Amino acid sequence: MNAERVRDLYELLDQVTGYIYPNEIEIRWSILIVVYPYLTGLVAGAFILASLVKVFKVKEVEPTYRLSLLTALAFLLVAPLPLLFHLGRPERSFEIFLTPNPRSAMAMFGFVYAWYLMAVLLLEIWFEFRRDLVLLARASRGLLKWVYRVLSLFSTDISEAALVFDRRAIRAITIIGIPSAFLLHGYVGFIFGSVKANPWWSSVLMPIVFLMSAIVSGIALVIFLYMVLTAIRDHPIDMRCLDTMVSYLFYAIIVDFSLEALDFIQRLYESEESVKILGTLITSKLFLSLLVLQILLGMLVPLGILVIARVWTFNDDMRKLLYFASVILIQVGIFSTRWNVVIGGQLFSKSLRGLMAYKMEVVSIEGLLAALVLLVLPFIILAVMIRVLPTEPLEDRVTVPSKAPAPESPEILPLPTSGS
Amino acid sequence: MNKREFLKSLLLLLHAGGFVGALARWAGAKETGGKEGEGKAPGGADAKGEANGKHDPARHWYGMGIEIDKCIGCSRCVDACKVENAVPPEPFFFNTWLERYVIAKDGEAVVESINVKGKSSREMRQDDGEVIRSFFVPKLCNQCANPPCVQVCPVGATFSTKDGVVLVDANRCIGCGYCIQACPYGARYLRPESRIAQKCFFCYHRVAQGLLPACVEVCPTQARIFGDLRSKASRLVRFTRMNKIHVLKPSLNTEPKVYYAQLDGEVR
Amino acid sequence: MKIPEQVRRLGLVIGIIVVGVLGTRFFLIPRSLISDELHQASTVQREVAKPVKFAGSSTCEGCHEEVSGRVRKGYHKNLMCEGCHGAAARHAEDPGQGKPFAPRDRKFCPVCHSYDASRPTGFPQINPTAHNPVKPCITCHNPHDPVPPKTIEACSACHPQIQRTTAVSSHALLKCTTCHVVPAQHKKTPRSALPSKPEGREFCGTCHAKGATERDAPKVDLSTHGGRFLCWQCHYPHLPEGRG
Repeated sequence: MNAERVRDLYELLDQVTGYIYPNEIEIRWSILIVVYPYLTGLVAGAFILASLVKVFKVKEVEPTYRLSLLTALAFLLVAPLPLLFHLGRPERSFEIFLTPNPRSAMAMFGFVYAWYLMAVLLLEIWFEFRRDLVLLARASRGLLKWVYRVLSLFSTDISEAALVFDRRAIRAITIIGIPSAFLLHGYVGFIFGSVKANPWWSSVLMPIVFLMSAIVSGIALVIFLYMVLTAIRDHPIDMRCLDTMVSYLFYAIIVDFSLEALDFIQRLYESEESVKILGTLITSKLFLSLLVLQILLGMLVPLGILVIARVWTFNDDMRKLLYFASVILIQVGIFSTRWNVVIGGQLFSKSLRGLMAYKMEVVSIEGLLAALVLLVLPFIILAVMIRVLPTEPLEDRVTVPSKAPAPESPEILPLPTSGS
Repeated sequence: MNKREFLKSLLLLLHAGGFVGALARWAGAKETGGKEGEGKAPGGADAKGEANGKHDPARHWYGMGIEIDKCIGCSRCVDACKVENAVPPEPFFFNTWLERYVIAKDGEAVVESINVKGKSSREMRQDDGEVIRSFFVPKLCNQCANPPCVQVCPVGATFSTKDGVVLVDANRCIGCGYCIQACPYGARYLRPESRIAQKCFFCYHRVAQGLLPACVEVCPTQARIFGDLRSKASRLVRFTRMNKIHVLKPSLNTEPKVYYAQLDGEVR
Repeated sequence: MKIPEQVRRLGLVIGIIVVGVLGTRFFLIPRSLISDELHQASTVQREVAKPVKFAGSSTCEGCHEEVSGRVRKGYHKNLMCEGCHGAAARHAEDPGQGKPFAPRDRKFCPVCHSYDASRPTGFPQINPTAHNPVKPCITCHNPHDPVPPKTIEACSACHPQIQRTTAVSSHALLKCTTCHVVPAQHKKTPRSALPSKPEGREFCGTCHAKGATERDAPKVDLSTHGGRFLCWQCHYPHLPEGRG
């Protein structure tokens, strides 16, 4: 074992308070495992926002429907990467498909993920964009034409009958998709909630709390993206759409907050063997991330802002500003939630007698930089997808291809076809 | 981005980096192993029978007894285990370790692992009149009959043998650490070099040869008793008959097979 | 009803994926890769094949019959050879190789026998700083048959306190008669014939003076050490390290 690692471990040992089992010195699940449920939460949340349009016929949020779907896809593609990088032996990850242990919650990841990606998200996106892909293929030239043709699987039929079928298919997929999205993120909660050895995790509410916070973070993210995107494109914001999304966000926060409060009160009231060490944990190691960031800044403050924005009548610009501030605070809060679950659950000894310390690495594969890259990567993927796929349904007759996928940010070059 | 592209990239990924070649080589190795083990009818029993000639796992059910009142805290077991199983010598990796409990009149228990000395490990109150009882507790993997680590392992790399020992397949463990999280006893760690999960196997290689686990072998006071719960004549069965027995964290229903005599309620 | 064109195309792709996945899983991948049974069997095989480092006491007894016979009769009868001598499987395979070490210094025995409040009551424990701090344990105790040394048994009937004190001191191995001449009459009527006591500094000097032959005894220069004082005015001979 290299000397640097030994020194790090001795450093951690000096920060231990009370008694821990000696093997517990190292926090096994690092910041990458914080990023992972955060990303899947955004996927599930964005998808559920999208399904509001198709299943519950919430016409107001229609303008963000495609954006939500693409956001979900972009984040879903990145979601397994933090899991992969944190493995001790990433090159063996295929084993999970060769000999999956049917009793393991984690083994089911591959299947839930594949189901959600292939059977739900890609299918729904394909049916939604098929007509536009056909139109774009007709209007494009050269390589891009082939890209669109391949993406549309060479289908050409955009007759009204075919489009009716597409719409029916989308609705059916969405109906399957909602429980699937619940499954995807509920399962992430179950990975933690089912660990009976860990009193901080072991809770039947864990999947539901994960799910509600996922919906909160997903809606907040789409609001954020919608506002940024319209600003970049210099389009007007549909305030009715924004207000509706924010009101869904508001109710989701209230449910999420109630569930978390219920979990907390239940633990406190039952006051089991672990209550002492968990109390110490919250008031010492998690004070900043749980009480300040998660509850105060991430939940109570944005909730207050949203209440104010609903009670008083502000003009559009002021409302936008308030909404924007609260969705950013909410992202910080939900990320802290993930941190407090994942890291918090590993900061106390299972002997319930002591606390450990987590020293975040910076440049290593499990470090801060890797986490930041993984958090930025979905936005890059999304930017590429938005360039290729139109976020608004196209007009019936597209003649000038450059008109359709407008460049959404100044630094992105104009489409290659626009000049030809 | 659509299905076909995704599939393509997946196939490319599969073919890249000699993946298939590695699989094939590996498969070949496995099959030879199976043949040596007993040709067409593989399984733990046959494989072991081959290795030893007489040890039949199906006929054993191993466990360990620990008599707290006999442990003198000399750490011979810890040292021997590190030698026998090539456990890294640094005080952060243990298949077995010792805890010292000092319980004061006011009921406050101070615990330390005597094999780990950090800044925070304070001098124990020894001759203090405030201490009402004090003792050592050896800890190790409990080889649970209902092991949470086996339940959670995504690739099935950790499993219970027929004779009741929880092993780790070093060739398949992906190092996800879920078993480490699931173990209520802190018995598992990630080996620093190979980055796979590691823990006590009851010295399976010794037991299969009829030897005692190294920790039991060197214990000077016979505070550790190893044996077969299926054999009426075993010392362990006698131990469980002669003593009041307790296991660690029974409420978690892991059904440990490390049995403690005279275990104090403060021990977790 | 006519199947829409796009569904046929999609169905083809899905079909290829499903057939590909199922075909790979059930036909392409060899059973040895996906069978838990085979994996477990080979793990057990690898585990069993690991080298043994501790040979076990019965192995030692095969050659070291005499000493192990002695151990089995004494207080250390439950100790396994390799508990003190270390892992010896290599030595057992080839006696010329890897000779086990024999712990001879004072650091070794206190690992078990130094006083510790957490040790079970009744287990023999000593205070290593006070208990004959100069000599290695094996000078007085044979680890293969450890018994308390009984060198001054005859006197201990009447002088148990002195016996107990001296027994754990660095003078433990000295007989009473080394320093005291005891008339035979002393045992019958103790007061009528008292044993002698050393009279001058030179007596202690037979062991402790510079150039004296006794190897283990600490040496002083009698001409400068302690001036005109007698040795026992500063050092209590029954517990010299006590500086009484």
